[in-house]
Amino acid sequence: MNYLIGAFKPPCQISIAFAGERTRKQIIEVLFCIVLSGTFLEIVPIKKENGQTITVPLFQSQESIVGEVVLEPILGKKVEHNGVKIELLGQIELYFDRGNFYDFTSLVREIDIPGELYERKTYPFEFSTVEMPYESYNGINIRLRYVLKVTISRNYVSNIVECQDFVVRNYTPPPPVNNSIKMEVGIEDCLHIEFEYGKSKYHLKDVIIGKIYFLLVRIKLKNMELEIRRRESTGSGPNTYVETETLAKFELMDGTPVRGESIPVRLFLSPYELTPTYRNINNKFSVKYYLNLVLVDEEDRRYFKQQEITMYRHLETSLSLE
Amino acid sequence: MMVDGVEDQEKWLAAGIAGLQQNAFYMHRALDSNNLRDALKYSAQMLSELRTSKLSPQKYYQLYMRAFDELRKLEMFFKEEARRGCSIIDLYELVQHAGNILPRLYLLCTVGSVYIKSKEAPAKDVLKDLVEMCRGIQNPVRGLFLRSYLSQVSRDKLPDIGSEYEGDSDTVNDAVEFVIQNFTEMNKLWVRMQHQGPARDKDKREKERSELRDLVGKNLHVLSQIEGVDLDMYKETVLPRILEQVVNCKDEIAQCYLMDCIIQVFPDEYHLQTLEILLSAFPQLQPSVDIKTVLSRLMERLSNYAASSTEVLPEFLQVEAFSKLNNAIGKVIETQADMPILGAVTLYSSLLTFTLHVHPDRLDYADQVLGACVTKLSGKGKLQDSKATKQIVALLSAPLEKYNDIVTVLKLSNYPSVMEYLDSETNKIMATVIIQSIMKNNTHISTADKVEALFELIKGLIKDLDGAPHEEVDEDDFKEEQNSVARLIQMLHNEDPEEMFKIICTVRKHILTGGPKRLPFTVPPLVFSSLKLARQLQGPDENPFGEEGSTTPKKIFQLLNQTIETLYSVPSPELALRLYLQCAEAANDCDLEPVAYEFFTQAYILYEEEISDSRAQVTAIHLIIGTLQRMHVFGVENRDTLTHKATGYSAKLLKKPDQCRAVYACSHLFWVDDQDSIKDGERVLLCLKRALRIANAAQQMSNVTRGSTGSVTLFVEILNKYLYFFEKGNPQINADAIQSLIELITAEMQSDSSTPDPAVDAFFASTLRYIQFQKQKGGAVGEKYEPIKV
Repeated sequence: MNYLIGAFKPPCQISIAFAGERTRKQIIEVLFCIVLSGTFLEIVPIKKENGQTITVPLFQSQESIVGEVVLEPILGKKVEHNGVKIELLGQIELYFDRGNFYDFTSLVREIDIPGELYERKTYPFEFSTVEMPYESYNGINIRLRYVLKVTISRNYVSNIVECQDFVVRNYTPPPPVNNSIKMEVGIEDCLHIEFEYGKSKYHLKDVIIGKIYFLLVRIKLKNMELEIRRRESTGSGPNTYVETETLAKFELMDGTPVRGESIPVRLFLSPYELTPTYRNINNKFSVKYYLNLVLVDEEDRRYFKQQEITMYRHLETSLSLE
Repeated sequence: MMVDGVEDQEKWLAAGIAGLQQNAFYMHRALDSNNLRDALKYSAQMLSELRTSKLSPQKYYQLYMRAFDELRKLEMFFKEEARRGCSIIDLYELVQHAGNILPRLYLLCTVGSVYIKSKEAPAKDVLKDLVEMCRGIQNPVRGLFLRSYLSQVSRDKLPDIGSEYEGDSDTVNDAVEFVIQNFTEMNKLWVRMQHQGPARDKDKREKERSELRDLVGKNLHVLSQIEGVDLDMYKETVLPRILEQVVNCKDEIAQCYLMDCIIQVFPDEYHLQTLEILLSAFPQLQPSVDIKTVLSRLMERLSNYAASSTEVLPEFLQVEAFSKLNNAIGKVIETQADMPILGAVTLYSSLLTFTLHVHPDRLDYADQVLGACVTKLSGKGKLQDSKATKQIVALLSAPLEKYNDIVTVLKLSNYPSVMEYLDSETNKIMATVIIQSIMKNNTHISTADKVEALFELIKGLIKDLDGAPHEEVDEDDFKEEQNSVARLIQMLHNEDPEEMFKIICTVRKHILTGGPKRLPFTVPPLVFSSLKLARQLQGPDENPFGEEGSTTPKKIFQLLNQTIETLYSVPSPELALRLYLQCAEAANDCDLEPVAYEFFTQAYILYEEEISDSRAQVTAIHLIIGTLQRMHVFGVENRDTLTHKATGYSAKLLKKPDQCRAVYACSHLFWVDDQDSIKDGERVLLCLKRALRIANAAQQMSNVTRGSTGSVTLFVEILNKYLYFFEKGNPQINADAIQSLIELITAEMQSDSSTPDPAVDAFFASTLRYIQFQKQKGGAVGEKYEPIKV
């Protein structure tokens, strides 16, 4: 799907199409069309800032991004230009530092020399085996995005620019070591529990299986829930911003347990919008996940214990998304 | 949180129902449009109403039932979805995405049910998962209802043998395991209810708990319905597991209810074969558990089982049911030292009923039970507790009812000891029951030993018991009791005179302790019983060898003499007099002149010294005359003495008519038809003349005092005596005398001063008719009457 840029009516419109999906729209001067070709081209939905959901192509690191750009002046008008280029950009955008993009990847292909454009013209392009180490991420304070940007440079008048987002997701194999999380916690002479989660590393569609044992209960609990929290920290040093979001609240227990009870945990992760754990991405940000076990007593006091879990993206599960 | 009023409860329930219905409506709409996602969303919201803590169990149940109905529709929908190709496994996962645990688990159970039906996974795995996941609900009420729902949806899907969900070789175990686990968890929740909320609401909570007990018990019922649970499995797995839970929960209400449940839901033959295991649990229960009721019901069931068919009796013997029960009860009583006496007695009573049914031939068992009961009661004095007393009566009545034979019961040596502990009132009732049993069954009690034992049993009726407060006894009740004792005495009989005499002595020994109120009731039957024996001895083969110490009529009479004397102290002289006369007559039959004379003497003494009431005198004198007339044993001298005395007494009666009648009755003393030696016509005439004189005097006296001569009854009566002796051939009585008497009567009747009396007229007329009749007879009699003119 394409979208209109701005209200001041740019002189031409760029349409980017990828293999398997060819759309065009004509406005005013030039019809743009970027066609990407590939055998396994996947389309995934992403949410834009304005809340709309759009679908964009999906790639992973080391993939070649191949396609063509089609430009077509509208109504027979000719367009003069100083050259046409296509760029592949990987950007990190810090919201508190708005407008300041940091490009960690930038590749450029000149696709036309300066001249005139008076009829439909097709330019093939290829970025082969692109290194895209980071995944696209849309957080609270930060965004990591990949775009294809086509620029028609012009003298005296503003350049005609069109961007096409695409998404990068990188899959990791299952971790060779995946220990369970087991821990005894408590308040002395008041509450002792032992919890156990089957693994410490989960893929995005995984299930958390575990058990909570009540070793000593001297307070009247009324329920217990498991939260999944995401902690996004951006910046560094004194300018570190940390945002914590609770993505899931899952009730595990209703009522007052007694000593010796064990409560099962089974939490399916698939309904929640999780990402893999990101550690110190380009020295700009980290995203970490925690399981927070919360016990609430009859006076609504909350007792909790937070444990980090590592999330990773597992290939098989992503294939089921089509 | 449970202290709120009924109105609030209603309000909350209404609100809950409204919320539930609203979401159910949206759910239906989603179901109709096959919108799975919405169906799940609204069903979860609907089920959220069940998360309330405000409702009492009863109200919560109403809400639950509505949710239950809605879930059936959802289940149908899931089935449809599965049929349409929706993966049931995905569905099973999908419902687990719900954030709230209670709705999540209700949905999981519902999908789980469809999952099992689809057979895409073994039933046991799904069930195991469900029962395990339900642990998340630790709130007792919500947990109980959730698990009850699980039990409900799974009961037709257990991997039982022969079921379509049957699994591999261990399939029954899986089914059992599932039910037991659910049962265990439910019981834990149920027990925990008592600790929730403030202590002041304890009673209310216990009531609410009782309302929920069937939810727990239903699991046991499900277990009993599993086809694959055979005796071995029951013995090895099911019962021990259940008992373990029952014992460990340490809760009175639960233990009491569940033990009873076990007893009621599983078959009798299982109980019989696992008696040891079952019984071993009892001493481990909480002291406050009402073990007696539970054990009693077990024994009751087993008794009925034994009664159902004689074929099962060998089983009882084989497993030594009695000794096991006996031991168990002993242990229970021992461990629960402060068990009320009622409890112990109830247990023994049930055990006795059991053994009577199962081992009717083992009296020693019954006696053991009674013995144990005595041990328990000893040192506690008489029972004060009316319920315990009632139980003792039941305990004591059981053998009577079973054997219908007191003789058997008398063999139970501990029987009287148990009776000791009854208060005197109940003791009497029990004694009456025993006597009634004897009467009803016409039991033959034929030895002195048995009689001794029997009287020991019924001594509550025989005498005032020691230390018993002297209470007001209803006169009628007392008579009733004593009459039954009297009847009992009559029933004691043995053909052998020696033994019979011993019986009599025994009875005598006992009844003499009875005190003045009882003797008038008990002495007469004893006397008559003795006289019967005396007459029997008098028979042709009387004591042919004259054995030393053997029973002779003389001995009996001696005994009787002493016995009757006791009535003096009562005082009951009239009765004593009658009995003396009876004895005299018996002595007469035995040809014992001195004895007979002695009895008469006693009777006369009584008459002179003790009988002062004129009415009593009249009766007594007629009795004396009657008896004396029949005596044939006396020599002339003795007889003269006695008749003289009797005549003398007659003439001294107070009222003239009485005198007259006694005197003419005395005439018979001088003329006994079948004894030629006693035919003194002259003295007969003297008596009659004297009677006439007295009658005349009576007439005149009446004339003087009342102005009328009164009736002529006496004259007519005397006329009849004349006629009697005339017919008998008394030479002193002739036709002339009769003639003049008739005329006298006729004249009297016609005189102005006489009072007309139709009865006398009729009497006289019929007498005359008789004379007429005799005259017309002809022959010797007619001739004799010829001279009399009427």
